Amino acid sequence: MNLNNLLSEKRSVILKKWCDLTLQTYPEESQSFFRKKDQFANPVGHTISEGLASIYEGLLEGADVGRISEFLDRIIRVRAIQEFSPSEAVSFVFGLKSIIREELGSRILQNGLSEEWAALDARIDGLALLCFDIYAQCRQKIFDIRVNEVRKRSHRLLQMAGLSYEISEDNENNKDNGDLQEDK
Amino acid sequence: MAVIPKSWNVPQPDVLTKKIDHGPASMGLQKGWMSTTPVQIKEGMHCHAALAKNLKTVGMPNPRDWSVMGDDWKLPENWKEIVLDGLKDRLGRFRSFQLFMDICVRCGACADKCHYYIGSGDPKNMPVLRAELLRSIYRKNFTLAGKLLGPVAGARNLTYDVLKELWYYLYQCTECRRCSVFCPYGIDTAEITMMGRELTNLLGLNIDWIAGPVANCYRTGNHMGIQPHAFKEMIDFFVDEIEDVTGVRVDPSFNRKGAEILFVTPSGDVFGDPGTYTAMGYLILFHQLGLDVTWSTYASEGGNFGLFTSNEMMKRLNAKMYAEAKRLGVKWILGGECGHMWRVINQYMGTMNLDVAEGSKMEDPVSPITGTKFENAKSTKMVHITEFTADLLRHNKLKVDPSRNDHLKVTFHDSCNTSRGMGLFEEPRYVIKNVCNHFYEMPPNTIREQTYCCGGGSGLNAGEDMELRMRGGLPRANAVKYVHEKHGVNKLACVCAIDRAVLPNLMEYYVPEVDVTGVHEMVANAMVLDGEKKKTVDLRGEPLPGKEDSE
Repeated sequence: MNLNNLLSEKRSVILKKWCDLTLQTYPEESQSFFRKKDQFANPVGHTISEGLASIYEGLLEGADVGRISEFLDRIIRVRAIQEFSPSEAVSFVFGLKSIIREELGSRILQNGLSEEWAALDARIDGLALLCFDIYAQCRQKIFDIRVNEVRKRSHRLLQMAGLSYEISEDNENNKDNGDLQEDK
Repeated sequence: MAVIPKSWNVPQPDVLTKKIDHGPASMGLQKGWMSTTPVQIKEGMHCHAALAKNLKTVGMPNPRDWSVMGDDWKLPENWKEIVLDGLKDRLGRFRSFQLFMDICVRCGACADKCHYYIGSGDPKNMPVLRAELLRSIYRKNFTLAGKLLGPVAGARNLTYDVLKELWYYLYQCTECRRCSVFCPYGIDTAEITMMGRELTNLLGLNIDWIAGPVANCYRTGNHMGIQPHAFKEMIDFFVDEIEDVTGVRVDPSFNRKGAEILFVTPSGDVFGDPGTYTAMGYLILFHQLGLDVTWSTYASEGGNFGLFTSNEMMKRLNAKMYAEAKRLGVKWILGGECGHMWRVINQYMGTMNLDVAEGSKMEDPVSPITGTKFENAKSTKMVHITEFTADLLRHNKLKVDPSRNDHLKVTFHDSCNTSRGMGLFEEPRYVIKNVCNHFYEMPPNTIREQTYCCGGGSGLNAGEDMELRMRGGLPRANAVKYVHEKHGVNKLACVCAIDRAVLPNLMEYYVPEVDVTGVHEMVANAMVLDGEKKKTVDLRGEPLPGKEDSE
């Protein structure tokens, strides 16, 4: 018996609890809607339930960070623009630790799997750190979009008035080499 | 169980997932929503307040500079009386509004159909509840049950807090009408929002993203406030760019009296990328056909933010189209790719501004190339450009080489206004399928009548409400992501200038691999022009795969 066997055995119970816990962060009136199974009528619920399942599988299979990040990204990308503080947006990850403790804690100890358990906890902590990165990237993207939108709106007029020129991608790359270009 | 030390002053994770306060719950008998005021107005979720100068330009009431985040919205002393009188007046004038206030049975069919609700889960973004915010005021003041029973009958007093909450959610509705498609009673929630917004305008509570374009439109004819010479210069600039790409020099005319056709399009096509490439598409099409068409530097805007202000303002701004058609003596009007412009034209223009057109030379539109009579445009004398182009393609009057678009895998976003506001479904698809070889539909419950809003319609495409836009645009982006992953779709086509402004940002956030295009940009890229040089790049100057210069 190893920890993965236990996690596979309890997969559906743990996943359901994890999904419930995550959906509980939404207003009470909307939780039943977010449980509806339609990928296109309910993108938030679908993203969360599919995403959590894939992340769980990934943890079990020891999937690489890229694959797990992809599903974390889908969930965080949505929560980063919803009514949450940054800590609220990523809190669902920690919930998995409590659920595993509730569901499997005693059996893990009975089977002497505390080493594996500690390793799993460390990986979940790792997920949380990834979430911080993704959350920050999402927020940064929103700010970039806002700035670029203003630029795009007036770009043609400035171009016409001879007040703007574009920095080509080559020059953009040169910037990294310390070759700074000034915008007009 | 292990916990984070209290002295760290951070929330405990398991507490976080259980106790996020979204305000009092329950919509049932307790009617929790009625006691949630004062509303918490949040950054990123609203647009900035209208500037006094913009209200003054068009004579709107209570012009003053104010802030949405401020406690004092600087309302006139008798604001309550103004709102209730305004409500009474509209209930009397618009029978549909009176019906919509009375007949809703709160069945909930609309509740989960709003893109803002789907993306946020905020119960007050359920169309039924958003409307209840106004209905509760109606009940309290205009129904016997509401007057006698108050909250039990879903009625509440109009207080400063109630007004603020109503305002907040009226400007979180894009008037897209998706919810109306599902209402068994046919209640048009967009019209409730329109009436609600008219009431806020009586107090000077517009947002500047609407009031600014309205004032600019009134002064110079377009949202950006661009004057005639600059409008012409911009199009002259396109003429040069088109020549660089195609080797053909097009020769548009402006304000030309005696032209057969007047062309009106949203100014977003002339000044904002990627709409500019669609504008180049129009120019190329007209040139190749030798169409007797003129642009106007006065009717230089198809869009009409009056629609989001009041019906009177909509009428006032729209009048320039017929006035210009009459002044120039054209036979009919051709309209570019726009969303709400077409709701105004298709649903209202033919009646509301008919007197302006009186004495003009306008006739029922007939295509000079194919002879097709556009019976559907009899009442307005205005034809949608995808109707016009679809007809050309149907009669083989347009030489196109769809392989020039072979690097594109295209899907089509139905704009709310052209789909639910005028039933334009087949024409854009027919055009796209004739100029592109790879077309994939998004899932059925996200297109045609059930199409999802871009998240920035009805004047909400400002920069400051980006979070709101990202929530509202989520269902649309989700469907695009699906066809991107399933079919490799890399182009999202649309026939609306606001879509072309809003969707690129939405894609950048959710599906960065997908770019946004107007339909006529793709038409022009596929067109085989008389006297063209060997094409190696498209209108954006991007290389055409397989057509690169061998030198």
